[in-house]
Amino acid sequence: MGLINVEVDQLSPRSLWQIASSGWRDYQDAMTLIDLANPTKFLSLTARVMPWLVATTAILLAIGLYQSAVAPDDYQQGATVKIMFIHVPNAWLSMFVWGVMSLAALGTLVWRHPLADVTAKAAAPIGAAFTFLALVTGSLWGRPMWGTYWEWDARLTSVLILFLMYLGLIALWRAVEDPSRAARAAAVLTLVGAINLPIIKFSVDWWNTLHQPASVMRLGGPTLDRAFLIPLLVMAVAFSLLFVTLLLAAMRNEILRRRVRSLQMVQASRRVA
Amino acid sequence: MTALAALIRRDIKIALRVGGGALIGVLFFLTVVVLMPFAVGPDLALLTRLGPAILWLGALLASLLTLDRLFMADHEDGSLDLIVMGRTPLELACAAKALAHWIAAGLPLVIATPVLGLLLNLDTLSTSAVALTLLAGTPALTFTGMIGAALAVTLHRGGLLLAVLVLPLSIPVLIFGVAASQGAISGLSFGAPFSILCALSLVSFVIGPFAAAASLRHGLD
Amino acid sequence: MLLGPYASFIVTSYAVATVVVVILILWIAIDYRNQRQRLRALDESGVTRRSGRNAADTR
Repeated sequence: MGLINVEVDQLSPRSLWQIASSGWRDYQDAMTLIDLANPTKFLSLTARVMPWLVATTAILLAIGLYQSAVAPDDYQQGATVKIMFIHVPNAWLSMFVWGVMSLAALGTLVWRHPLADVTAKAAAPIGAAFTFLALVTGSLWGRPMWGTYWEWDARLTSVLILFLMYLGLIALWRAVEDPSRAARAAAVLTLVGAINLPIIKFSVDWWNTLHQPASVMRLGGPTLDRAFLIPLLVMAVAFSLLFVTLLLAAMRNEILRRRVRSLQMVQASRRVA
Repeated sequence: MTALAALIRRDIKIALRVGGGALIGVLFFLTVVVLMPFAVGPDLALLTRLGPAILWLGALLASLLTLDRLFMADHEDGSLDLIVMGRTPLELACAAKALAHWIAAGLPLVIATPVLGLLLNLDTLSTSAVALTLLAGTPALTFTGMIGAALAVTLHRGGLLLAVLVLPLSIPVLIFGVAASQGAISGLSFGAPFSILCALSLVSFVIGPFAAAASLRHGLD
Repeated sequence: MLLGPYASFIVTSYAVATVVVVILILWIAIDYRNQRQRLRALDESGVTRRSGRNAADTR
């Protein structure tokens, strides 16, 4: 542990964070695994891993699509159950990506991890895209099921609110010029959003049962039949891998963008001098 | 403690001055409630049914309107930097400012509710129910809104971004506020949604100041 | 593969998903190209990184 002089009567949450994070820093210095935190090392690792990721993702997507195509029809919904194989993985991912961003937010605020900012910024648009897909496919699934393109049921409404939160987060990223300040503001908003997500989900569920006694059809019973479960899981894994691939690529771009920015500032100061 | 009390008193005084923004919130509330019948139609029965919802929406939008001056005015004249650097914990200072803002801007909305209830053909029971739920819920709106205000304080066109950031977080308060009002009016469950509404306010008393303080600290570097 | 009476909805879903994913991939790829271009331009105008390494080196 590094030497920290903290007066006992000054112990506050702030100094406790300082002790924790300095301890983590010492640990980091000792561990070469954390060389991964170095952006340049990260870039070279990504370059090596990317082809494998792309190949695996493509293969899994192909398998998943094939399995979705040959899956049987549901006794209630017919072939429209095939939409579920896209809708559900995207809905799961929309929340999972917010979870990833929340971890990155902790990395930014608590540990000042250099790649945390980059991860959070890169993940936001990808998460928003998955949320958008969940909404659109949910809407297209709803038309045959409920007769309207939009239905204020608990699931769709929660995803809509999540989408608005993604858009707000992206707007905040763009609103602040300095990357590290933007990262910290976005980190606070991400964590507040993470705390609020269960509250919002609970509220919307509650609101929905209040106004609308159960009208959502269940898929052939409480548990999903194996014939539907396997394609669903394959597609879920495929989309998750897709997210990881896109995230690493977007992180790479973000690192390069910051490099461009700092070099441009060097160039500008040179011109002045 | 006197530092916080002084902060609260100062904020209330500033807000209640002309151009301070507190009473303009009430004016906006009135405007929104008056606009609703023009959009929805003068059918009194319909207005009675929609009454609690209209009042809640009006109050939410009015409190949103006054939120950006929570920190903006202090930021412009430099006193925000002093507050951030001061000896009182920033979390408590933020809580004090939010409390002052609620007293100056939120409480008048609650007081105005009975008058506006008349415009929407609500009877005494309904209006009191709505006023009570607003009393319990407007603190939540102020304290969660403070987070957005803190995030947006250093941005020039922060006002619109503030609204976008804060609205999703206000949805649970709106849901339970209206549900509690409807519950009181129809005689069905009032206790459950009202307790959840109070719980949301209490939770926001904790999350709001901590998140706002973190935003201010990081944003003003 | 019989898609039943709601075939257009199923096809549209898969089509929208494909379009969105393709747009994501394209956007990331184009952004990559832009950044590399800018780095090369900066490198040619003689600006160096703190570590002294080539600006356009992305490995």
